[in-house]
Amino acid sequence: MIVADKKPIEEIIAQIANVRSVLVLGCNECVTVCEAGGKKEVGVLASALRMHFLQQGREVNVGERTLERQCDIEYLEEVRDSIDAYEAVVSLACGVGIQFTAERYPSKPVYPGVNTTFMGATLERGIWAERCQGCGNCILATTGAVCPVTRCAKRLLNGPCGGSTAGKCEISKDVDCAWQLIVDRLKALGRLEDYETLCPIKDWSTDRAGGPRKLIREDLRS
Amino acid sequence: MRLNYPSSVRIIRVPCTGKVDVLHILRCFERGADGVYVVGCREGDCHYQDGNFRARKRVEQARQLLDRIGVGGQRVRMCNLSSSDAPLFTRFAEEMHQAVLSTGPNPVRTALASRKTAADPSAASPNKGGAQPHPPGRAGGV
Repeated sequence: MIVADKKPIEEIIAQIANVRSVLVLGCNECVTVCEAGGKKEVGVLASALRMHFLQQGREVNVGERTLERQCDIEYLEEVRDSIDAYEAVVSLACGVGIQFTAERYPSKPVYPGVNTTFMGATLERGIWAERCQGCGNCILATTGAVCPVTRCAKRLLNGPCGGSTAGKCEISKDVDCAWQLIVDRLKALGRLEDYETLCPIKDWSTDRAGGPRKLIREDLRS
Repeated sequence: MRLNYPSSVRIIRVPCTGKVDVLHILRCFERGADGVYVVGCREGDCHYQDGNFRARKRVEQARQLLDRIGVGGQRVRMCNLSSSDAPLFTRFAEEMHQAVLSTGPNPVRTALASRKTAADPSAASPNKGGAQPHPPGRAGGV
């Protein structure tokens, strides 16, 4: 999922300092799971904003709404009738949802309520870790399903480097060496010979190096 | 035991303190409470294993948020006791009551009262109690 973290409320307050009405717009997908932008977080932020504005002696109408997704047109359309009642929107969706909301409602200022961080997995409640960088050309088949693009600090495709010590990366003792994980995994799978196969130079044009990406699937288009 | 505790405390019962969310605590302040304390079972004695630990974390989250918006995090606290420990229950109530008295009224309640007075000046009359919609030093306990 896309993992996001809450923005400090001071930052959000500064963004909407002069508005007279604001809609706090949550998303029921990834940001709900990582407890940064779901219905509950919308309620908490809206309540905190109301209390803040009351103390300032300002009458600000703070609305609450949580959509199924902010990255799909049909769900974003659900607020078309009500969004005009607000001067601005604070979106608690990931960066995708925030931008897409702004695209669908061009005259409405949309401000981020979260910091979108990475695509990752939940290790335990309150701990998430990055697992994919969306490079567009997956090589997990040859690396025992451990991604060196994401988990190796140098993105080495033929590792490890000399900075690997006792299974840890030189950047931090808390970071596993991705290539140690790959070797261990291949060994456990009885496929250690795969490690001997050199990975050719990767085509990075499918990564961000090729600029903003777009996926078109003609088989699905109507 | 017929023990007394401050009448400013309003008790909101929940099945387990693990049910208490940050939002519940914030709503109390939004509606004018001067303080909120969550009273859970003793640590390690939760029937649902870790409900009171979850409550403690949420109390801490609410405390930080209230500090940041200027309401004051010291208005929220977590207490633990055994369900049969009535003397401790009254002690916590008294401590919270005193803490709220020393902290002063919830600024949100004060702002709400001023807005009400501005909208309807006759509401400021002491007979109608418009300036102080709730007794001073009101605290909610869970």
